[in-house]
Amino acid sequence: MLESGARLGPVEVAYETYGTLNDDRSNAVFICHALTGDAHAAGHHGDPDRRGWWDNLIGPGRPVDTDRFFVVCANLLGGCQGTTGPSSEDPATGRPYGLTFPLFTVRDLVEVHRALLAHLGIDRLAAAIGGSLGGMQVLQWVIDHPDEIDAALVICSSSRLSAQNIAFSAVAREAIMRDPDFQAGDYYGSGRGPDTGLSIARMMAHITYLSEESMREKFGRRLQHGDAPHFDFSVDFQVESYLQHQGESFLKRFDANTYLYMTRVMDYFDAFADPAEVGAHLEGTSTRFLVVSFDSDWRFDTEHSREIVRQLQAWRVPVTFRDIESPWGHDSFLLDIPEYHRTVEAFLARTADDRGI
Amino acid sequence: MALRPDLDVVAAMVPRGSRVLDLGCGDGVLLDHLIRQKECAGAGVEISDEGFHACVARGVPVVVADIDQGLGDVDDDAYDVVILSQTLQATHRPALVLHEMMRVGHVGIVSFPNFGYWRLRWSLAARGRMPTSRSLPYRWYDTPNIHLCTIRDFETLLEHEDLMTIRRVLLDERGRPLEGARLRRPNLLAAGAVYLVGRSFP
Repeated sequence: MLESGARLGPVEVAYETYGTLNDDRSNAVFICHALTGDAHAAGHHGDPDRRGWWDNLIGPGRPVDTDRFFVVCANLLGGCQGTTGPSSEDPATGRPYGLTFPLFTVRDLVEVHRALLAHLGIDRLAAAIGGSLGGMQVLQWVIDHPDEIDAALVICSSSRLSAQNIAFSAVAREAIMRDPDFQAGDYYGSGRGPDTGLSIARMMAHITYLSEESMREKFGRRLQHGDAPHFDFSVDFQVESYLQHQGESFLKRFDANTYLYMTRVMDYFDAFADPAEVGAHLEGTSTRFLVVSFDSDWRFDTEHSREIVRQLQAWRVPVTFRDIESPWGHDSFLLDIPEYHRTVEAFLARTADDRGI
Repeated sequence: MALRPDLDVVAAMVPRGSRVLDLGCGDGVLLDHLIRQKECAGAGVEISDEGFHACVARGVPVVVADIDQGLGDVDDDAYDVVILSQTLQATHRPALVLHEMMRVGHVGIVSFPNFGYWRLRWSLAARGRMPTSRSLPYRWYDTPNIHLCTIRDFETLLEHEDLMTIRRVLLDERGRPLEGARLRRPNLLAAGAVYLVGRSFP
């Protein structure tokens, strides 16, 4: 049963784990992935070049130390990397759901995580960690179930999107839905799909993940071939080539319908919309928050994090907050930035010490 | 572990179970004490990396911010007590910081070294050198303490800001409460002071 009242099932969840669950099951850490992430957060499956998307953060001796913690990462509900989503088969029809897949919320994403943990026999987390949409899940999790998590790490996230954020989502969805091959979302098995729309959506989103400074440094106005511009509409600047590559490689791993659903989940998210309910849950919670933002992030700028801090502090929730210097924009949360990793490491080490892990 | 004597004086002014904001909380040792021993809900504000990481290691909630920029994110009356312990003299805009702390807190606790203390006066008057002492150990060119004041100066500022002294504890060089005859000449004989400050209503 979803928050909307719609029913969905059965739900299959793809997940990975790293490290060992201790005897009293007290060392579990849940990783909530972002818009286009998947369950493969760390390590590799035989090919050392295909490491998990947060491999620099999670592993033996890393800030999320798998020698101490048992780390779980699951593909989100509605995803396309193993967990039930719009591209999965609807048992009622025997065909992929497409747009008949019910709309869901961040709260629903969290409930699926919790069902997975129940399956694993874990009823309390040492920590939950997420960046961007991942941070939204962590925040919602604590609001709904304040005593299940000791340490909540919310990184470059938001308690609700701004008009500008929603506008970017809207244009991305338009690009997909107006693609002639979209076929009202029922493109599975037709041999064609909204590849053009999805790659345009990805290209545009990618611009918002980087900062002006990082783009200038990475590409400047450098040309792709030689010194002289072609003076035509082909891919001429390096930045164009980069975006095109990002758009095309994304097609291989992502489903357009999942992109629609996930961006919509973020649009509707409003963690503190109901102060009475939030207050009743959060007041007196034992969960400690670490909120981190990056000063060059303009997708979810520092003000989004400050708002989370202000709201949590108003309910007397212990919050540690830091805006970290980084030129790399929203993408910073995926990068090995020493001050950032040092902060995460210290916060988690303290949590582990407190729990006797 | 026992608190530093001047922090002990500050802690004694904080009612059990209050909501506390510690501006310039440093390594978080005072907040840690208030949270653990006095059931306070506390948050620190700190600008330095060392202070921030010391707080994280201690498990004390801390926000990195520059209090000289004001406390724009914090609502009026959000805290029962706002502490400014050995920090006033290191701010760029002491009047603004004092004003902001009294906006977000019902009461404020301010502690600072008294630049009117006789040893400091003596050093300047007799030796003609910028004084250093136990509580002001830095040389003039590497000190974070840029806005030093005397007890008299501070009380003038309180008046100017429409604030009143609820309680004052004078300190000796070791930060212990001053006793005996020396209490009669505070501006000359106290090495420091802790003020519990409230808003005065005309």
